[in-house]
Amino acid sequence: MATMPILPNMPVLDLVKSFKLKTKQQELLIRVSILCLVYVLAFITRLFSVLRYESMIHEFDPYFNYRTTLYLTQNGFYDFWNWFDYESWYPLGRIVGGTLYPGLMVTAALIYRILHFLRFAVHIREVCVLTAPFFASNTTLVAYFFGKEIWDTGAGLVAAILIAICPGYISRSVAGSYDNEGVAIFALLFTFYLFVKAVNTGSLAWSLASAFGYFYMVSAWGGYVFIINLIPLYVLVLLITGRYSMRLYVAYNCMYVLGMLLAMQIRFVGFQHVQSGEHMAAMGVFFLLQVFYFLDWVKHMLSDTKLFQAFLRITVTCAVAVGAIALGLGMLSGYISPWTGRFYSLLDPTYAKDHIPIIASVSEHQPTAWSSFMFDFHILLFLFPAGLYFCFKRLSDATIFIVMYGLTSMYFAGVMVRLILVATPAVCLVSAIAVSATVKNLTVLLRSKNKGVQTGSTKGSSSSKASSKALLDQSQPFQKNGAIALLFGAFYLLSKYATHCTWVTSEAYSSPSIVLAARGAHGSRVIFDDYREAYFWLRQNTPPDAKVMSWWDYGYQITAMGNRTVIVDNNTWNNTHIATVGRAMSSYEDEAIEIMRSLDVDYVLVVFGGVTGYSSDDINKFLWMVRIGGGVFPVIKEPDYLVNGEYRVDKGAAPKMLNCLMYKLCYYRFGEMLTEYGKPPGYDRARGVEIGNKDIKLEHLEEAFTTSNWIVRIYKVKPPNNRW
Amino acid sequence: MGRASSKEDAGALFHSLRSAYAATPLNLKIIDLYVGFSIFTALIQVVYMAIVGSFPFNSFLSGVLSCVGTAVLAVCLRIQVNKENKEFKDLPPERAFADFVLCNLVLHLVIMNFLG
Repeated sequence: MATMPILPNMPVLDLVKSFKLKTKQQELLIRVSILCLVYVLAFITRLFSVLRYESMIHEFDPYFNYRTTLYLTQNGFYDFWNWFDYESWYPLGRIVGGTLYPGLMVTAALIYRILHFLRFAVHIREVCVLTAPFFASNTTLVAYFFGKEIWDTGAGLVAAILIAICPGYISRSVAGSYDNEGVAIFALLFTFYLFVKAVNTGSLAWSLASAFGYFYMVSAWGGYVFIINLIPLYVLVLLITGRYSMRLYVAYNCMYVLGMLLAMQIRFVGFQHVQSGEHMAAMGVFFLLQVFYFLDWVKHMLSDTKLFQAFLRITVTCAVAVGAIALGLGMLSGYISPWTGRFYSLLDPTYAKDHIPIIASVSEHQPTAWSSFMFDFHILLFLFPAGLYFCFKRLSDATIFIVMYGLTSMYFAGVMVRLILVATPAVCLVSAIAVSATVKNLTVLLRSKNKGVQTGSTKGSSSSKASSKALLDQSQPFQKNGAIALLFGAFYLLSKYATHCTWVTSEAYSSPSIVLAARGAHGSRVIFDDYREAYFWLRQNTPPDAKVMSWWDYGYQITAMGNRTVIVDNNTWNNTHIATVGRAMSSYEDEAIEIMRSLDVDYVLVVFGGVTGYSSDDINKFLWMVRIGGGVFPVIKEPDYLVNGEYRVDKGAAPKMLNCLMYKLCYYRFGEMLTEYGKPPGYDRARGVEIGNKDIKLEHLEEAFTTSNWIVRIYKVKPPNNRW
Repeated sequence: MGRASSKEDAGALFHSLRSAYAATPLNLKIIDLYVGFSIFTALIQVVYMAIVGSFPFNSFLSGVLSCVGTAVLAVCLRIQVNKENKEFKDLPPERAFADFVLCNLVLHLVIMNFLG
């Protein structure tokens, strides 16, 4: 599949010889054609959902990104940068310009402008849907150059191929997944490549380029904190192991100062580079580097070592004292803020569960299971240690970097499922080294047997420099057969990898989440388009200034597609506001109506999976509403909703559970519904039980709309009764 | 190890450093002077901030970082131009200076945007 350039293929060689191409040109042709094919492959493998359903935006977060991009293209950059959004977080509003990472939106708007300039009149939604696959293709090119920098062109090609189809990356970059990670992984790898190039060449121009790459990364994703901590750690490791050089000084300093300045231009990041604990490592290493190299320079100038020792003692004590005092003062006075909860929970995984339920409730933040690793990486999982071995055999500045990137990212991938994405490029690169080195050694064995008989000419059509050293070991007579067998084994594994990746992409990662699909009774495909049905109903049948209360998961979709004001949305920046909504959902109807009137709520939207068996509905998320609400309002106690610690909705459920607002809204009129043959009416297919309270009367709300499969239910808040 | 010997050490250290430094070429000394000047300017700004207060913070940061940035870039230039560094012997000094000018240009453009 992959590294063919050194195995001679007879018919192709003859054909090519007829064009009188030299070996170098043959190799270039093969490399360029492989890269072109990989580029196209990376794009088309992400198009499953576009072909099966339609070109639409998936999930929840991308809807916000789409709405902001739409605003950007319609109103220009100045209005976008200063936008105050009054349609979400009613009545607080949201300062959008200062609380988002603009990289993705600006990139999509730029592509849109370029296409319109070339007279392709595409809609912005098409550009948004296809941005992620386009950048995935660009990532494969960067992976090729990075592999070439670390090892050689063979490893670069294999890395490009591996990362083009790796499920860990595809999961967040399918067509339609218009999220920050689609662009951010490209920026991450690009920044790392430019930095490693800068360290290898010691040129200020490459360091400047890496500073720009870092700027793009900061504008694209909050995960830039990984870069600003990994690179100082790498510098520290080089200093400690004694592999430092002048090139390192030039590369790191230029990148740090310029990168920091550029990063502070993004309003969301602001002054964090000098004030936040997460960025202090970079600053510490910056000062350490100055001291270190100053001492090195003085040592070089002084010929007498005794004097130098004295100088060293004075300087080191002074520097350490000053640094410790500054850091201590900063942290004690609170000027340097400690690590925020999001990143602290990476170092201490149990922190979020105890202190910040909102972070703990997100499904992507859970620790990773082994099956997820196997699912997302397949053979790369055992090629990674093999690649580490090869890296350690040939240590250089670049291989040390990739080893560190691989190990740290694998640790974080183990802590949080979402971070498998960050580990994917490292794993692909290191595995590519293993594959490329192994295949190269095996093919050298194969070819050296042909040359072993001829004594003289090691020049000629052999392009591999190692073949001159490869003499066959006479004590192992079956080396050539063994090499052929191993090569077949390697190609078998790689083809299995390709099959697995395509299967995973098709089955697991191409669902739009907003449109659900299932197999009907006769095997035909049944599509549930309830979400969009409900949002369109909202858009067309409610007054334009209506306010909708729902759980925060659906906020972005309601504002983007329903075009109505919401109370809370996925930004989750205000925990108390979310807890208020959680409290309203878990209270009795009389208490809840007070809260809803205080928030000016006109409509309530709930998601219910009892008729279809859809398991990600609000009843299954209800305990998180209780926990979050109870975290701020102690009147909501979680044990009230459980029976013997068990969460039930049938006859044996807790009375508070059977009469709370969420229960009533989800199961209103459900008691008369026959859902499954042979089961009583009111049988909840998602929980698998018959519900406890079938006779539900609503006093302050009335049912406004229920979608065709009962997945989304909308209720209108009745105005207060007339007094007489 | 008495005080006298450490004083002698300090004196010998100082002289040794001075004589070694006098041997450096003129272009490197000019760059060193420039570095010293920008660090001095940065220190003045920090003292001023300590007196007057740090609002607006972005202006203070941009001022200090422009001094520190240009000092650091000048040190990088010195490293690349220094004949004693074996790693950079293939790099023509004109190219090093052009890189230096380019990086300073970017630095000051960003500073002007950040100054507010």
